[in-house]
Amino acid sequence: MPEVSRVDLTPAAAGLIRRLRAAHGPLMFHQSGGCCDGSAPMCYLEGEFRTGSSDVLLASLAVEGVDEPVTFWMSASQFERWRHTHLTVDVVPGRGSGFSLEAPEGVRFLIRSRLLTEAERAALDG
Amino acid sequence: MTRYAAPGQPDALMAYEQRYDHWIGGEYVPPQRGRYFDNPTPVTGQTFTEIARGTAEDVERALDAAHGAAPAWGRTPAAERANVLNRIADRMEQNLERLAVAETWENGKPIRETLAADIPLAIDHFRYFAGAIRAQEGSLSEIDADTVAYHFHEPLGVVAQIIPWNFPILMAAWKLAPALAAGNAVVLKPAEQTPASIHYWMSLVADLLPPGVLNIVNGFGVEAGKPLASSARVAKVAFTGETTTGRLIMQYASENIKPVTLELGGKSPNVFFDDVSSADDEFFDKALEGFTMFALNQGEVCTCPSRALIQQGHYQRFLEAAVERTEKIVRGHPLDMATMVGAQASNDQLEKILSYLDIGRQEGAKVLTGGQRADLGGELSGGYYVEPTIFEGANHMRVFQEEIFGPVVSVTSFTDFDDAIKIANDTLYGLGAGVWTRDVNKAYRAGRAIQAGRVWTNCYHAYPAHAAFGGYKQSGIGRETHKMMLDHYQQTKNLLVSYSPSKLGFF
Repeated sequence: MPEVSRVDLTPAAAGLIRRLRAAHGPLMFHQSGGCCDGSAPMCYLEGEFRTGSSDVLLASLAVEGVDEPVTFWMSASQFERWRHTHLTVDVVPGRGSGFSLEAPEGVRFLIRSRLLTEAERAALDG
Repeated sequence: MTRYAAPGQPDALMAYEQRYDHWIGGEYVPPQRGRYFDNPTPVTGQTFTEIARGTAEDVERALDAAHGAAPAWGRTPAAERANVLNRIADRMEQNLERLAVAETWENGKPIRETLAADIPLAIDHFRYFAGAIRAQEGSLSEIDADTVAYHFHEPLGVVAQIIPWNFPILMAAWKLAPALAAGNAVVLKPAEQTPASIHYWMSLVADLLPPGVLNIVNGFGVEAGKPLASSARVAKVAFTGETTTGRLIMQYASENIKPVTLELGGKSPNVFFDDVSSADDEFFDKALEGFTMFALNQGEVCTCPSRALIQQGHYQRFLEAAVERTEKIVRGHPLDMATMVGAQASNDQLEKILSYLDIGRQEGAKVLTGGQRADLGGELSGGYYVEPTIFEGANHMRVFQEEIFGPVVSVTSFTDFDDAIKIANDTLYGLGAGVWTRDVNKAYRAGRAIQAGRVWTNCYHAYPAHAAFGGYKQSGIGRETHKMMLDHYQQTKNLLVSYSPSKLGFF
């Protein structure tokens, strides 16, 4: 049985993470909310965005070719409204989004979602 | 005229340059690292100009220019600063159609909106703050018979402004007008999705501003926005965008102990009480238009009324009429005067909207109309178009909780007043809201009970200067479009003066 997770990466997203890691250093994601480029995952150098007690670590993503896990964070209040869904980080052609690292590459990370199954929810929520 | 010619066409009202550098110190300056990026129009997806890809070096140069200009601009009499703002407004008014064409081509929004809303509102903003700064007065407090506290307004100095892509010129005007009126010099970074129209605007007004008072640095957030927002050389950062970047900007500002104003969006409820449908009259028609406002600007508005809450007694009747009204929306070429909904501003925005149409269905929300990407054919096939979409579902669903920033409304019902307020406030955000009822007492109570900075009451999507705009909860900090915004761009200087020759006697 595959490991149950809240967040996965598409191969394209994993490839982009490898390139960004090589160019910049260890990485993290923080899921945004709100307008304009909101509802998009923002990719930063690990530690650039200061998480705190108001944030939840959803996943530490293993990426082939990247030594350290890539953390995926969300504010706790937002997580309460997202926790029934599984998130897949994908990448699409695009331009710009806050201070996310991939924007100059002409691409954008994007979240695709599906409902968690009951079994997955039981495993994740305990 | 039913269709304006695209910029650069032989009969077009305006043309973009092939390339835009940074506007620094009253002239165009190439990016230090010599790099540029393509800027496509969302109307067709085709590139129409290239834009300087700014970096920290360019930001520093702009800050040098701004710091050079700030002292003299800050000392310029308020009457003269107001004159400059009024001249900018006049110049914009003389070029209203050109600016509207430029903005529509840049952003994808319908020309009837840029002609009737974006540009006229931007013009009025400069006039409003020209008037506000003339009328502003300091204060004095008489501490005792011989001691007076004087309070003077002083400019902050050099401020940073990061502009969103949904109303590129209007949002720049919202921030520039109060900052310049208050006597600050500005370094402004437009959104990388819509970096060009502000340069066309600049080309029209450049001669009216002293060099260095307004500087425009283009580029990506991580390469140009971050060094600007984190600079110890700016006295304040103003940002419109989303929550994660808003937090990051606060974090940078905290390192420099600098203030911020943030406008971070919402998930605005639009509440329709039963009595709206008690007559099939002018007001009922107005309420249906109010519902359909979710499609204004392709839904790319921080206050998009993206949750419609309809009371159970008239739910079916009102919703059927609302679907019918929505299906009458004319989609088409954004430069066509008949077009009501144009293109989404970028490909990634289009993709994000489609991802929400997907999760909405998965969560069991019912699509009452729309629900997919639109292919408008011909040259527009390369553009980014979405069908106006109505979801019916429940407030816990993600399409009710997250700002999709597309022409998508999520509809649910409520039983009574308390239920309406509970659902309306069951959101992380509190920027805008709408209340529709013929009962003024109910309208008042609902407006006060909803936790949002702006509650439109029997109207929606009006943005006049002189009405404060800003968010509760996670929607941000500060109030724009009102004279109180001047406070966000000013220091208070207190002179505490003794007119007594007598010593205290302590030493």
